[in-house]
Amino acid sequence: MQPILRSKRALLLLALTGLVVLFMLMVPAGDGYVLHRTDGLVYAGGGGGGGSEAVSSEGAEAGKVEYPPAPKLKESDYPTISGINSRVFVWLVAQLHLWFAAFVLAVPIFVFIIEAIGMATKDERYDKMAYEFIKVSITAYSITAIFGGLLAISLMVFYPDFMKYLTLIFGDSFIWYALIFFAESACLYIYYYGWNAMKHGFRKWMHLTIGFLLNGVGTTLMLFANAWVTFMMSPEGVDASGVFGGNMWEAIHNHLWNPINLHRFIANVAYGGSVVGAYAAYKFLSATTEEEKAHYDWMGYTANFIAIAALLPLPFAGYWLTAEIYAYSQQMGITLMGGVFAWLFIVQAVLIGALFLSANYYLWCGMERSEGAYRYTPYIKYIGFVIVVCFLVWFTPHTMILTPSELKALGGQYHPILGPLGIMPAKNTAVNIMIIFTFLSFLLYRRANKIPTVSWASFGNGVQIGIFTAAMVNIMILGVYYGYFTNTVYKVASSVPQVVATLMVIVAGVVIDVFMYRGAKEVGPLKWGKMPERSQYALFLLAVSFTWLMGLMGFIRSAIRQHWHVYTVMRDNSVDAFTPTIGYAAKVVSVGTIIFMAIVIFIFWLSHLSGKKQTEYQR
Amino acid sequence: MGNFIKVVVFSLVVIWLYVVFSANYIPPITPAPPPKEEVLDLSEMTMDDFLALGEKIYDGKGTCTLCHNPVMKRAPLLERTAVVAKERLKDPRYRGKAKTVKEYLYESLVDPSAYVAKGYGVTGTNDTVSPMPDVSKGAIGLNEVELWAVVAYMQKLAGVDITVEIPRGEAVAATEEKKEEKEEPARTPQAVLEKYGCSACHKMTEEGMDPGLGPDLSKIGAKRDKEYLRRAIVDPNAEITEGFSPMMPDTYKDQMTAGELELLVEYMAGQK
Ligand code: HEC
Ligand code: HEC
Ligand code: HEM
Repeated sequence: MQPILRSKRALLLLALTGLVVLFMLMVPAGDGYVLHRTDGLVYAGGGGGGGSEAVSSEGAEAGKVEYPPAPKLKESDYPTISGINSRVFVWLVAQLHLWFAAFVLAVPIFVFIIEAIGMATKDERYDKMAYEFIKVSITAYSITAIFGGLLAISLMVFYPDFMKYLTLIFGDSFIWYALIFFAESACLYIYYYGWNAMKHGFRKWMHLTIGFLLNGVGTTLMLFANAWVTFMMSPEGVDASGVFGGNMWEAIHNHLWNPINLHRFIANVAYGGSVVGAYAAYKFLSATTEEEKAHYDWMGYTANFIAIAALLPLPFAGYWLTAEIYAYSQQMGITLMGGVFAWLFIVQAVLIGALFLSANYYLWCGMERSEGAYRYTPYIKYIGFVIVVCFLVWFTPHTMILTPSELKALGGQYHPILGPLGIMPAKNTAVNIMIIFTFLSFLLYRRANKIPTVSWASFGNGVQIGIFTAAMVNIMILGVYYGYFTNTVYKVASSVPQVVATLMVIVAGVVIDVFMYRGAKEVGPLKWGKMPERSQYALFLLAVSFTWLMGLMGFIRSAIRQHWHVYTVMRDNSVDAFTPTIGYAAKVVSVGTIIFMAIVIFIFWLSHLSGKKQTEYQR
Repeated sequence: MGNFIKVVVFSLVVIWLYVVFSANYIPPITPAPPPKEEVLDLSEMTMDDFLALGEKIYDGKGTCTLCHNPVMKRAPLLERTAVVAKERLKDPRYRGKAKTVKEYLYESLVDPSAYVAKGYGVTGTNDTVSPMPDVSKGAIGLNEVELWAVVAYMQKLAGVDITVEIPRGEAVAATEEKKEEKEEPARTPQAVLEKYGCSACHKMTEEGMDPGLGPDLSKIGAKRDKEYLRRAIVDPNAEITEGFSPMMPDTYKDQMTAGELELLVEYMAGQK
């Protein structure tokens, strides 16, 4: 506990977080708010406790609570504050909260992994890097909480009736949320401040366990928030008029909960990797010594590796989410992929293309670290070519239906030549190939500096090439067959065998590689730090694109509810109930991204500052 | 510092490119505004107006063309449905109650699974469950008049005789709802009482007269708490006060704004 007391900054942060937590506890429990909550409940007799008068009626079932239907609001039920566009305000605050939350959830996940790797390999560098990461996340944590509190307040100010309705259903979970948040803070602080005190032997294991707990608690926290969000998209546990049946678990475990849980979890890891990568890139660029350069190069590489590893399964999780949206409501699904939002997915494709290309580009540049890589450089241009082609196919507009009336005006035509590339099987095929080729980049990078010594090396190579080719053929045939020669309505399910083929390639590829390169000869020492400066910009591109993409997807998630607070149950009747244009959304997202980046820079600057003090102090 | 500026400029340029792409490269589509309740003056409406209303709903609020369009092949085209409806009614797979073409079309809208067009059912249900939502409910929520207008329009699409009549009577509901939507919510408890005519049945104040149809509410706060009062308005038939018949309207929950209800409850709780 000593170090905690010694550090003033830590105290300050603790106090700040404590305040926010207190505030969050007070808000749902405090004056006025919960008042409405219980007021809103209508006790059909037998309730016991408070409304004793109501109990008198005859024949009421004991203990049953009846809830009112979702309120029908009028434009004038929405408070306004002149000069503030309430939707944009809530939108930005929510998105900033999400960005920080994603970052704060992700960093401990891979800090934990890196710490474990460090323990297993006894390589001090890992431990040092893990510590540096967690330091960054601790300030970010307070900021997450501040935005969370701000989000709660702004929702209550601008959308009071909506919040009352949500509180009616989820009130109890708000309190749990605050408690878990408290637990997470505790874990995080012990994890961070106890790092050096629990460095060796059994204590290190304890430390790792706290890291594990931290992640468990953090993920639980996210599951709660996801429940509220998905309830708004696919409400369950309420009837058609919004009357809550009393079972909160039903409302939590709604149709889209798990698909979003998975997609967000993976995306968060990839996102955290990309932000830390950008941090390392910046440190690399401003490094003055060779040693520092080597350290940050290696850090950037590791962060990028984690980002790519999480990026690869992400499209699959995305398609699962989409499939579940269709399953929940065909109308919502078509609104998502075939309506006005079809164009939004073109923007998404550009962003994802940028992610894949920059990640690959970084790997290719990384080959300069080793002398053995020259053997592979000629192949890179082909990989690059294939990825660009796949990207273009993905980029090809899906069905170009706009609004129903525009469709009518167009006579139902869509692009005659590109049309066939715009359908789902073609895109699935492209995504799978893109992933396989990114994996190939990674394999080449991995073996760039090594020469296998096992006797079956050429056989192993042959098998790998065989699997690779077979999978490609399989994916192509499946894509072409389902896409163009069956007469069924396309099903997202048709992509399952393609995904299986891709996963096969990755798993088999890694397994064979690991065995084949056991005890392999190194061509020359890996030269960490020998990276061109431009390669670091790939890391920035990755981080900026990821942030922007998340903002965009946050918009889509919320926009496909259209003019509903809670889809089909509670209508949004505010002046802002309309769907804005994509250009407008892009601008709001950009403003958010810039605010986010500015705060992140501030956080890094803070951690840089504290690092400085420490060394001076030690001297 | 040089690096810092370079990195910031690089990032801003990337963001700027994304904005330019999203705002200028892809076609600028303004999404349709949220559907509004139409003001329907049915007494004046001719069949042409009625069909025009149907077409408007078909393309707009009803979002029919979202699924029923020639591009995505997710739902059958409706140009000939009014013609094939006769065969549908004789099909052994038909499970509905309709007898005539117009009834069949109407039923297709509110109970889509009564007959599921071949090949369009929800996957795995062997064409017994329709993926089409009940368009009188949920996100689409057409009212009675709108439903019949769409049926009439589908008959026009198919070029058959239009057998639907303009429903003069029921439509009042839709019109009334609209009127209320335009009204400002009441700001004082007295205004709320007046707006909803509570004193037509209740004695509301010490000095007020007692119409005798409902219980005296001038001292209600002494007897009942807020929870009870709120429920008495939102769901009056949950409990019936002794000595009175259940005649209080149960429509206030749909008419009142949340704010008005709150005002009223506060006010009554204070009447001691
Ligand atoms: C979410 C997609 C969706 C929407 C929105 C939708 N439908 Fe449908 N509709 C379907 C599907 C799929 C079928 C075929 C399955 C069936 O017969 O129920 C169908 C069937 C029908 C049928 C019966 C066709 C037949 O051959 O028997 C009619 C009539 C119909 N729809 C009218 C409408 C109208 C009018 C609207 C707008 C108010 C509408 N639909 C909105 C998907 C939709
Ligand atoms: C058509 C006549 C009618 C109108 C209009 C009416 N009520 Fe009532 N109300 C009744 C009757 C009859 C009862 C008693 C039966 C019952 O409990 O439903 C009653 C009961 C109540 C009670 C419960 C009293 C008790 O002691 O249990 C409250 C509170 C109440 N009304 C409030 C209102 C308010 C507020 C309005 C205006 C928004 C209103 N009523 C409009 C007829 C009416
Ligand atoms: C490589 C591919 C993909 C990447 C990198 C990616 C990335 C992301 C990210 C970063 C988020 C934000 C997560 C969060 O807010 O916590 C997100 C959310 C979302 N994605 Fe994806 N995604 C991919 C594929 C897809 C696909 C293919 C779809 C559907 C067609 C999709 C649909 C969605 C939706 C609807 C959301 C909103 C849900 C939410 O806010 O959590 N994604 N995606």
